[in-house]
Amino acid sequence: MMNTRPMRVLQATAGLILLAVVWQILSMTLQPFLFPPVPEIFKRTFEILFTGELLMDVLITGARIFGGLLGAFLLGCMLALVIARSRLVENFLTPVLTFFQGIPALSWVVFAIIWFHGTEFRILFIMVMTTLPAFTFQILDAIRSMSKDLFEMTMSFRPSRWTLFRFLIVPTIVPGILTAWKVNLGNAARVVVVAELVGATGGVGYQLLRQQQLFDMAGAMAWTLQLVLFVLVVQQTINAIERWALRYRPVSERAM
Amino acid sequence: MSATNPVIRFTDVSKTFRRADGKGEFIAVDRLSFEIAKGEIVAVLGKTGCGKSTMFNIVAGLLDPSSGEARVVGHDPFREFDFFRGKIGIVFQNDRLMPWRSALDNVMLGLQILNKDPKQAEDTARRWLERLGLSGHEHDYPHALSGGMRQRVSIARAFAVDPEILLCDEPFSALDEMTARDLRAEFVRLVRQNNKTAVFITHQIGEAMDIGDRVLVFHRPARIAYEGRLNADTSEAARAGMREEVMRVLALDRTAE
Repeated sequence: MMNTRPMRVLQATAGLILLAVVWQILSMTLQPFLFPPVPEIFKRTFEILFTGELLMDVLITGARIFGGLLGAFLLGCMLALVIARSRLVENFLTPVLTFFQGIPALSWVVFAIIWFHGTEFRILFIMVMTTLPAFTFQILDAIRSMSKDLFEMTMSFRPSRWTLFRFLIVPTIVPGILTAWKVNLGNAARVVVVAELVGATGGVGYQLLRQQQLFDMAGAMAWTLQLVLFVLVVQQTINAIERWALRYRPVSERAM
Repeated sequence: MSATNPVIRFTDVSKTFRRADGKGEFIAVDRLSFEIAKGEIVAVLGKTGCGKSTMFNIVAGLLDPSSGEARVVGHDPFREFDFFRGKIGIVFQNDRLMPWRSALDNVMLGLQILNKDPKQAEDTARRWLERLGLSGHEHDYPHALSGGMRQRVSIARAFAVDPEILLCDEPFSALDEMTARDLRAEFVRLVRQNNKTAVFITHQIGEAMDIGDRVLVFHRPARIAYEGRLNADTSEAARAGMREEVMRVLALDRTAE
């Protein structure tokens, strides 16, 4: 009863309501430019959502997140497949990817500014480089977790490489791919803002920079909420895809 | 025994593996020779680690012999990969069903790999599920099926491609005795009805004698230590004698396990 879906939604909503209440109390006791009232933040949030020009900034950021994630995903799939097939390639690439993983997003921003012209390419580069190692390692793990038993069974029918890929490898790695997308989506949403702070003339990061220059806390919160909402919507979409794609699993495995 | 046009023929087949620690090699199969005729069911008995599964994997084309010659319907099962598409069906010790496929889709797997017409493939798969008493469970995922039902699906999957040869690696060992007995009887009936050749690996003497036209006992490294024949006319006394002999030969192999 305590862990039914409506109950979980209720509990999650209660936590957010509590946060809003605390914020509202702070806005009544401190300067409003530090903690603007909650209704003001909501008003500004809806303004963005219903003003085409402003909404475009959200969509631009969304497109950049998708572009970066898609690029890193495709590149990560290729790298993971190559690494899985060759111990030599693994020995070469794993330290490089681990090294990349340790580079902060801000360093990639600096590198992109020095190396490249063109805002969009710079942002794409930053997004791909910051999420590529995680995608590669997660997909590689998914490939390596493939059951030897199922591999032998499938091979006993002597499939072509393509058939083996379609019937065994893809279904095996789908759960890993979905997890990788969920994990990297959050990372990408944080990184894209940093990337947009430098040189972009549109997007949530650019708008946040403007709010900082105007010292407009309500605006900063409203733009932050846009990004949070975007991530939540995409997360829910991935969750829905996951529920459909992994419908074969017993309920207990699907993590209540 | 020398069969005319044997379906499976091993001539002095040996298989060695490098040890896991990299120091030296060990022999899993040692100059093994035998022949199996069309329509024959041969049960292979032996202790754990005696090389039965290595022999099985060589017949299945999953391993290449280190020396000697393995031929299945006159061809090399390891090198002639495409030739054997659809010719060998395997029932493994565990069911090895794909968890993301329904029972019907699991049975259809081999047919899809062989590029059969989708409608025909579905009809064939449904027919095999029906023959194995699984009507009504076509759309169940493996986790919703019992162990016996899952193994039935895996038998249906092996038969659905209409292979010439069936290889079975202790397929009923994980099941309770009643279910195993029913499935054994069902399996033999299907093999006979469809005129298949079968190699059946087991470590249970009773099972080997229930199923096999011929029983081979392996000693480690895989080589034939005993060979006996059975048929419907074999008397109970002869069966009991054979059973005693098989037990005695098995007990002599102290190198396995």
